Amino acid sequence: MIDKNNLINNTQSYGGVWILAEVAGKAIDKVSFELLSRGRQLADARSTELSAVVLGWRINQSDLEELIARGADKVIFVESPQLEHFLVEPHSACLLELIKQYRPEILIAAATTTGRTLMPYLAVRARAGLTADCTELKIDKETGGLLQIRPAIGGNVLATIITPAARPQMATVRPRSTKPAPMQKGRTGEIVRINPPADLLKSCLQRLGFESDQSTHSIQDADIIVAVGRGIGNARNIRIVEELADALDAAIGASREVVDRGWLGYPHQVGLSGKTVTPKLYIAIGISGAVQHLAGMQTAETIVAINEDPQAPIFTVADFGIIGDLFEIVPALTERVRQARKK
Amino acid sequence: MPIFKERSTKNSSGKWVNDKNIAMRIIVPIKQVPSSDDVQLDPQTGTLIRQGVEAIVNPLDLYAIETALSIRDKHGGEIIVISMGPAQAAEALREAISMGADEAVLLCDSVFAGSDTYATAYVLSTAIKRLGEYDLIICGERATDGETGQVGPGIASFLNLPVITYVSKIDELIENHRKQSKHPEGIRVHRLIETGYEIIKADLPVVLTVVKEIAIPRLPTLAGKIRARNLQIPIWSASDLGIEKNQVGLTGSLTKVVKIHKPCIVRKSEKITVENELSRQEAINRLISILQDKLLL
Ligand SMILES: Cc1cc2nc3c(=O)[nH]c(=O)nc-3n(C[C@H](O)[C@H](O)[C@H](O)COP(=O)(O)OP(=O)(O)OC[C@H]3O[C@@H](n4cnc5c(N)ncnc54)[C@H](O)[C@@H]3O)c2cc1C
Repeated sequence: MIDKNNLINNTQSYGGVWILAEVAGKAIDKVSFELLSRGRQLADARSTELSAVVLGWRINQSDLEELIARGADKVIFVESPQLEHFLVEPHSACLLELIKQYRPEILIAAATTTGRTLMPYLAVRARAGLTADCTELKIDKETGGLLQIRPAIGGNVLATIITPAARPQMATVRPRSTKPAPMQKGRTGEIVRINPPADLLKSCLQRLGFESDQSTHSIQDADIIVAVGRGIGNARNIRIVEELADALDAAIGASREVVDRGWLGYPHQVGLSGKTVTPKLYIAIGISGAVQHLAGMQTAETIVAINEDPQAPIFTVADFGIIGDLFEIVPALTERVRQARKK
Repeated sequence: MPIFKERSTKNSSGKWVNDKNIAMRIIVPIKQVPSSDDVQLDPQTGTLIRQGVEAIVNPLDLYAIETALSIRDKHGGEIIVISMGPAQAAEALREAISMGADEAVLLCDSVFAGSDTYATAYVLSTAIKRLGEYDLIICGERATDGETGQVGPGIASFLNLPVITYVSKIDELIENHRKQSKHPEGIRVHRLIETGYEIIKADLPVVLTVVKEIAIPRLPTLAGKIRARNLQIPIWSASDLGIEKNQVGLTGSLTKVVKIHKPCIVRKSEKITVENELSRQEAINRLISILQDKLLL
């Protein structure tokens, strides 16, 4: 299966940094701007060009231009009705052709359901090394190679991974692990449109429909997350934090203990095996702060912890800690927030 | 050599030849993982040191096994679990057998050690090719130790099959319109993505990776445990699979771990202990002022 002649993995002949823009329906998803922010740094460190690849259908010109305004030097837009929704075979086939033609040295995508499916599929086809779920990417000053940094062993350590010989160096990047690249007025770049040949678009899969369920989305987009841990005691008590979340217009997060006990659904789980979140404010209530939980929230702008145990590790990452009984503090806090909001 | 009956694969025109007497054949690749996160890394190679740590079936693979079992409950057929790992990974296979899987194969060779997801998917897909004809390959979403989720799609890619990831529900197996075959023609599933559920239809064979939502894994049965204890599990080495030493393990991997370090977090933490009404008010006032500073109120 390994066809060494398929791609000549001669690192010298590869150049340029690519990000794979994430498309949601007919629009560019915001996570793409986070990739641009990563990609721009890498391209600058390598003194090379940053390209954004878009696979989709009927994407507005203004959306493509926004990619340039946020840091891309070039946008490669592969357009076809068959690329409107993600299906692994046509997406992978189109990208493989682009890689063969343009030979980028780095390709990064978001560690979303799309990126985490497409990238490993493509990496095998391209015989390229791939690192999952990176939280940091850097260029090695000596070798010029990509340093791919990701949490390992239950988030206890960070591992730095390299791809010594195979190209492109591929990585998926955790959503919300960096800030989106800002718009810069006056940035210019090139937009290349490509109509892929039919044989690249074949698929044994068919997308028959879609059932929207936004409950899974809210926690990653929220400015405030009120997160609850085992300290809440039982499912009925969840109401106490729901009321606070409601008063604050916040999303509800949870530790794995809470999810495993069925008190809240998996979409609420924050941490290594749940979501990574970077809200403006994270309020951890009755959460001890295990490393696996911290792995998902320690990049929040401000962290507040409410816990009766002064030794709880959550306090080591908190900007502000309240040591005390959550059942006393939270309802009183909710009341104060409601009053403040009324004014 | 294999204990498996010879099966027809593809005829000259590349069409699947369905033997009327064989119902569905499902392959479930599983991984043995440390039961806790308290494992050490080899500072030299950056790979996991597995000795001395209690090992279990990757919890997320139990959902793949359960999915296969419930398909077999409804449609009949055969489930083969395979695992690449050290000799003790046979225990993980035995657990799958005790839950109800039919056959197991262990892919074990010292040259496999240290394989990255590319090399691992290569070994597993090579073994799957050797198992002959199949209808479905079902994987867990990811392993709880490596946490990459790359092996399932990697296997699909090596086998030139499509993959549907994050499957949360099997809606139906689509019957073969020729009816004389017990092999279904396709499958329809729900796939959990960030914004909801996609409904996807696929021709068989196809690779699925499943999420927790799909089922509740059953417990091993007594009869299953007895069968598991007595089952001979064939062990396939690299040479059995026709794999060269330099295609797998650390040398065959395209990625290398070069450094392991502890993350450091610095936050100046301010604390208030709530002991009475007064300190509670003080704490709440402080929090309200944080909210106001950040324009969140
Ligand atoms: C591979 C792996 C992956 C994992 N992934 C995740 C993950 O993604 N997310 C995650 O969260 N965990 C994860 N875990 C589990 C993690 O190790 C912890 O077990 C979990 O985070 C603990 O949840 P908790 O803080 O709610 O519970 P506990 O650790 O039991 O903490 C409860 C806290 O509540 C406090 N408390 C109790 N009563 C009160 C009260 N009345 N008032 C105030 N405080 C009170 C206690 O002092 C205690 O600190 C993972 C583990 C492993 C091994």
